[in-house]
Amino acid sequence: MSNVSTEIKPTSFLSFKELKKSLFTAVWFMILTLPIMVIKVNTIENTVEWHWNRMVFVGLLIFFGSWGWRYLLARREMGPRPRKAESERKRFNLTAILMERKQVRTPTIIILAVMVIVFPFISSMYQTNIMITALNYIILGLGLNIVIGLGGMLHLGYIAFYAVGAYSYALLNYHFGVSFWLALPIGAGLSAIFGILLAIPVLRLRGDYLAIVTLGFGEIVRIILENWNDFSFGPSGIANIPRPGLFGIDFSLPQVTTFIYFIMIGLVVFTIFLMIRLENSRLGRAWVAMREDEVASRAMGIDIRKNKLTAFSLGAVWAGMAGVVFASKTTFINPASFTIWESVMVLSIVVLGGMGSIIGIIIAALIMILLPEYLRAFSEFRMLLFGFLLVAMMVFRPGGLVPAKRKVYTFPQEEAGNE
Amino acid sequence: MSESNCILDTRALTMDFGGLRAVDAMNLKVCEGEIVALIGPNGAGKTTFFNCVTGMLKPSLGTIVITMPDGQEKEIQGKRPNVVTNYGLARTFQNIRLFQNLTVLENVMIGRHTRMKAGILGAVLRNKATKEEEERVIYESYEYLKKLHLEQHVNELAKNLPYGAQRRLEIARAMATEPFLLLLDEPAAGMNPQETRELDNLIVKIRDTEKITILLIEHDMNLVMSLSERIYVMDYGKLIAQGTPEEIKHHPEVIKAYLGEEVDA
Repeated sequence: MSNVSTEIKPTSFLSFKELKKSLFTAVWFMILTLPIMVIKVNTIENTVEWHWNRMVFVGLLIFFGSWGWRYLLARREMGPRPRKAESERKRFNLTAILMERKQVRTPTIIILAVMVIVFPFISSMYQTNIMITALNYIILGLGLNIVIGLGGMLHLGYIAFYAVGAYSYALLNYHFGVSFWLALPIGAGLSAIFGILLAIPVLRLRGDYLAIVTLGFGEIVRIILENWNDFSFGPSGIANIPRPGLFGIDFSLPQVTTFIYFIMIGLVVFTIFLMIRLENSRLGRAWVAMREDEVASRAMGIDIRKNKLTAFSLGAVWAGMAGVVFASKTTFINPASFTIWESVMVLSIVVLGGMGSIIGIIIAALIMILLPEYLRAFSEFRMLLFGFLLVAMMVFRPGGLVPAKRKVYTFPQEEAGNE
Repeated sequence: MSESNCILDTRALTMDFGGLRAVDAMNLKVCEGEIVALIGPNGAGKTTFFNCVTGMLKPSLGTIVITMPDGQEKEIQGKRPNVVTNYGLARTFQNIRLFQNLTVLENVMIGRHTRMKAGILGAVLRNKATKEEEERVIYESYEYLKKLHLEQHVNELAKNLPYGAQRRLEIARAMATEPFLLLLDEPAAGMNPQETRELDNLIVKIRDTEKITILLIEHDMNLVMSLSERIYVMDYGKLIAQGTPEEIKHHPEVIKAYLGEEVDA
């Protein structure tokens, strides 16, 4: 593995040397796990049982596991494939094909749109509900992407804005009977204000310090909601939050689920649209510049304070909207829905998808939310698999599922001069 | 060196870090169209001086007065760096500080930031004015790259550029802010002799064709002597000498600062 330049073919990994390495690892693990996996004391009959078959399982698992792991690592070590294979690689780069070629892109978008529209009518309500949750996390992920992916500020209290959105709808509705459609912009606006409130004290902070303060902020919001009974009804939460309506039409439960699904689709499309625009604008570039080098971006005339304020408040807007929809979907909210775990979840979606990458975040949100749902069959190993997936991702694709790419500009002179 | 066209004037500029006086009552003047060098041994306080002028640090004492091209005079000590850049002072960094994961073009486009207007609404609505501005900026940025012979790297990531090109990109990015005074912090550091010669020509070209006045910190004495019209020498935060390259070469204080004092036996 030390010699990076040599081609590593799958066949070379079948060599005796590599197999011996794996065999050695397997034996080592078999010895290590002997006391916990093999020897079992039967306390009732006071006998010692030897489960030798388990040792075989461990051996086989570690043997193939270590072999595969080293193979993948070696492939990574090789780094980017040599220049000659560049054109070859482009052919297999699915996302590039889908996004760059017009004749492929339009049908893909149409097929996707049809699938999205048909989905709630052909699947059960349970599945539509899961999908709504996933879409909600897409919005959260894309919103957090402004702060983390573009602005480069590690924000661990993002879910607080989600709570602000949810509670603003629930409370405004409870006290004043405010409808869903009115609450959506109000929730977004209130979240933005909270975003600014958080941004002011953290303007001068960076990195780890920023992470700690935002973490604290998220917890403060949750603890206030939990303890200020007169305001938020404490841990018992707020029930009977109305679902969204449409000109006073009475929906049945499956119908309203479908309706919420389409609201979410609308919001997601709206979000993606805005994100694409923001990303390559003056503002988006200023955020990325701040992420890359704060000192240099200040020297380039970027107002860091304004930049951070807009990033935090704009990021919070999406959490606020997602929060309003969340409250209307579940019809019941309490502080337990807004724990640090949720913030971590959204953070993992952004990191897993690839910071700053819109497509990556969408795919990651779908995986992170849908996979655990469909893995319920292996419910005991669910979190184990999940953790393993995250570790493997970070080792083999540290840039995320779909790493963000910078926009390429073309100039007529350049092509003429270069060719 | 008449008083009327002096565009940067620091008066008794002082910077203290706790008990350490890094810059001690520096008086420095730069006139329009000059190339001025600021030299001195390591740790003399040259970069700290730059940081004070560009707003990265707030000076403890003293004033910095700039005269903008329209004749307006402004005191800029303690102003934030983005404000100073907006007035028309641009700088490069001693240790290259590019936006590593952005393309070469985008680096320069960020330099255009202060000369652009589009805000959140503009970005979201992408109206005609924003679109036109965006296209103009792309075009202008490309022109800046051409001036510094970087056009073949347009879409490469800044971190993948060869060292000399990264230095040039920093200058291009600073020029994109449309400064009237460009402060270069060791532009030739780490360059080979040929690259240094090219840089020499380039800086003269920037001054002559772009009408940008230049103040530079540099350790490469050949470059300093051939390039600059006036030289300021700092040591231990104090100004110890100033004058033409010839004068500086033979100035006893300067020789002492660089080579040490002769000891009489």
